[in-house]
Amino acid sequence: MKKRKWPEAWHEVSPGCVVFAPANAREYHTGSWKAQRPIWDDSKCIQCGVCYIFCPEGCITQNEDKTFRADLDYCKGCGICAHECWPGAITMIEEG
Amino acid sequence: MNIIENFDLYAPRLVDKKEYLCSGHRACQGCGEVLGLRLLCKALGPDVVIANATGCMEIISSMYPYTAWEVPWIHVAFENAAAVGSGVEAGLKALRRKGKIADRDVKVVGVAGDGGTMDIGLQALSGAMERGHDMLFVCLDNEAYMNTGIQRSSGTPMGASTTTSPAGKVSQGQKTWKKNVPEIMVAHGVQYVATACPSYPLDFINKVKKAIKVKGPSYIHCFTVCPTGWRSPSEMTIKLGRLVVETGIFPLYEVEDGKYRMTVEVDQLRPVEDYMKPQGRYRHLTPDQIEIIQDRVYQEYNKLLDKVNGLHAWSDLQYEWGLFD
Amino acid sequence: MAKRVGMEVAIAAAEAVGMCNIDMAAVYPITPQSHIAEHLSEIVADGRIDAEFVTVESEHSAISCVTGASATGARVYTATSSQGLMLMHEILPIVSAMRLPVVMGIANRAVSGPLNILNDHSDIMPQRDNGWIVIFSENGQEAVDLTIQSFKIAEHPDVMLPCCVNIDGFQLTHMVEPIEFPDQKQVNKFLPPRKPYATLHPDKPASMGTFAMSDIFHEVMKAKDEALKDSKKTILKVWAEWEKMFGRRYRPVETYLADDADVLLLTMGSMGETAEIAINELREKGVAAGLVKIRLWRPFPFDELKQAVKKAGILVVTDRAVSFGGPGGPVAGEVKAALYDEKKRPLIYNQIIGLGGRDMAVSDFVKMVEDAVKAGAKGITKDYEFYGVRG
Repeated sequence: MKKRKWPEAWHEVSPGCVVFAPANAREYHTGSWKAQRPIWDDSKCIQCGVCYIFCPEGCITQNEDKTFRADLDYCKGCGICAHECWPGAITMIEEG
Repeated sequence: MNIIENFDLYAPRLVDKKEYLCSGHRACQGCGEVLGLRLLCKALGPDVVIANATGCMEIISSMYPYTAWEVPWIHVAFENAAAVGSGVEAGLKALRRKGKIADRDVKVVGVAGDGGTMDIGLQALSGAMERGHDMLFVCLDNEAYMNTGIQRSSGTPMGASTTTSPAGKVSQGQKTWKKNVPEIMVAHGVQYVATACPSYPLDFINKVKKAIKVKGPSYIHCFTVCPTGWRSPSEMTIKLGRLVVETGIFPLYEVEDGKYRMTVEVDQLRPVEDYMKPQGRYRHLTPDQIEIIQDRVYQEYNKLLDKVNGLHAWSDLQYEWGLFD
Repeated sequence: MAKRVGMEVAIAAAEAVGMCNIDMAAVYPITPQSHIAEHLSEIVADGRIDAEFVTVESEHSAISCVTGASATGARVYTATSSQGLMLMHEILPIVSAMRLPVVMGIANRAVSGPLNILNDHSDIMPQRDNGWIVIFSENGQEAVDLTIQSFKIAEHPDVMLPCCVNIDGFQLTHMVEPIEFPDQKQVNKFLPPRKPYATLHPDKPASMGTFAMSDIFHEVMKAKDEALKDSKKTILKVWAEWEKMFGRRYRPVETYLADDADVLLLTMGSMGETAEIAINELREKGVAAGLVKIRLWRPFPFDELKQAVKKAGILVVTDRAVSFGGPGGPVAGEVKAALYDEKKRPLIYNQIIGLGGRDMAVSDFVKMVEDAVKAGAKGITKDYEFYGVRG
């Protein structure tokens, strides 16, 4: 992707502040907000996908080996996945 | 309700993997509203235009020069999402009829918070629904003006402490009962009206899919937990959404052609306290006050059950009465 | 071929919109705009044009609705007046910031309170700084021509800004005037289909109306100001093209017997025609009087105004609105600001006239000019006056 000049000068502003690049917010990494992050115990995971469906960031995906992981570039550490994982496969651990 | 019993409710394999509202949005940790929006978008798919009111979801998703939207999206102001959506619908309709754009269905979806729907946006919403635009309107109700700092709205429940209905020495928080907007939508003759909550994702997704099949206006009132505004732990978001349904405070139902149906049955309502306890906004309430709320919840729930059990579909009524013979 | 007919101006304005191949209109009725709304809905109902006509529940929704439709790429129109325009106020700067070419007719009417349904400019003046192109018409023919031109100006890729055409309520909207309608084929040639810069469609998803913080908002405002100022070039081009095709000439500032005038009268809107007769009378009396009429209110025609008044010793600026507690009328405030840096500038007398439909006769304009000449001769200056006010 072409590197965006920022901040823009007035004549560089997209007229109407229209953004033509769908979902370019991916460039903005919210992962730095988190104080804790989820870790998976894959032996307990039954691949139900509860973590994926309830993630407000939409940052949990299933890998080819069927395991689930959060993209830590975006995970804000809310803890919903760990709380909702009924087999107890997810634990929140402190960042650091 | 036991989570294991209802496991099939959120089998993710049935849900579109594609995200239409991308990561990198700036919602708070554990935001139930953005989860509602994410699931809504999954249910809608790509052929939509979203008309978004000013509010949390607007600012967290569209910080210029970024957008979290995969789908076409427009924001104009706070109170006019339904009017803007009406215009988008009318514009697309005319352009399609005149052969200026592709000849395929594109659904217009209005999205607003409780303030943008139930208070300042109610007139525009009423107008749009009355005019019969082919538009789904979704209220993401987190029960206060969260974007401006947790002020009360007509969606704020009795007793909740907000920054403009604070619990004080002589006040017990919000002094009014929550406005029933789904019922107002039913009164408009809207063909499909439903309540939903992202804690019941498949129920929500199914309702969205039903709603967008309607050729005309439809309405979904989605209850969304706000950990910041409710002073609840962020990991409790899904749990609280479940509890609000299990206590009967926010029952999940749909009204299709005037016919009411519970979509998530609750055999035995849990006490409202189970739901209120984890939330800071209710912390000040005394047992007597909780009792008053409990009574009201039973009353409202029974009113709803009466409708579920007693009311006929509108199309049946027309037939039985033979009005247009 | 162009045809000349006698027609009520509001009806004619709606007919003009009907010639512009609009895709959508949303209107809410208000006196004295309602004949525009009614007639446009008739044109759609009779199938004379293929457009969506949305009968919204308020003016706020009218402007919101056309904004949404304009964002899809549709050509849109709305019309309003007075309280309706005030209700739209919140959305107007958003439309220009979103660079959407909405065209709006305004049947100018006094703003409450007290309630009054008759003509002045107190509705449009509070909309001055919203980033719209603002044009005033003086008669029915201009209302028709300017309406058609507005679509071309607003949609031009160098402009992409909303445009409003002011048509004085009752004094113009409800008058039957002889109007020459341009030939439809010629209009089609003059006004090709809109080519939108961005649209709302899944085939090419765009996000419109995004949120801007302090790191960029300042630049966005500068860009909007430059766009509006720059639009004058296109306006002049469009007017030149119009003149070539239809023979009628439009300029940002019109003048009448102004070249050799010692004293100038300045008007905006329909009172220009009465003022012209007054200038004739004054000339007959031997007063070297002339008339300046501002047609383009935004972007403000600084150069043209300076040029028009540079020889005059006295300038009587009439205003149809009041900037309460301020410098008098908004037009005079603007004119004074425009001339401040000029080495030679006229004495300016500001007369606030015709509020809420108060009649202004030829004799009133004659008197205003004569009084200004007398005061000027004695070197008396005044900030502003409510012309003819009792007490």
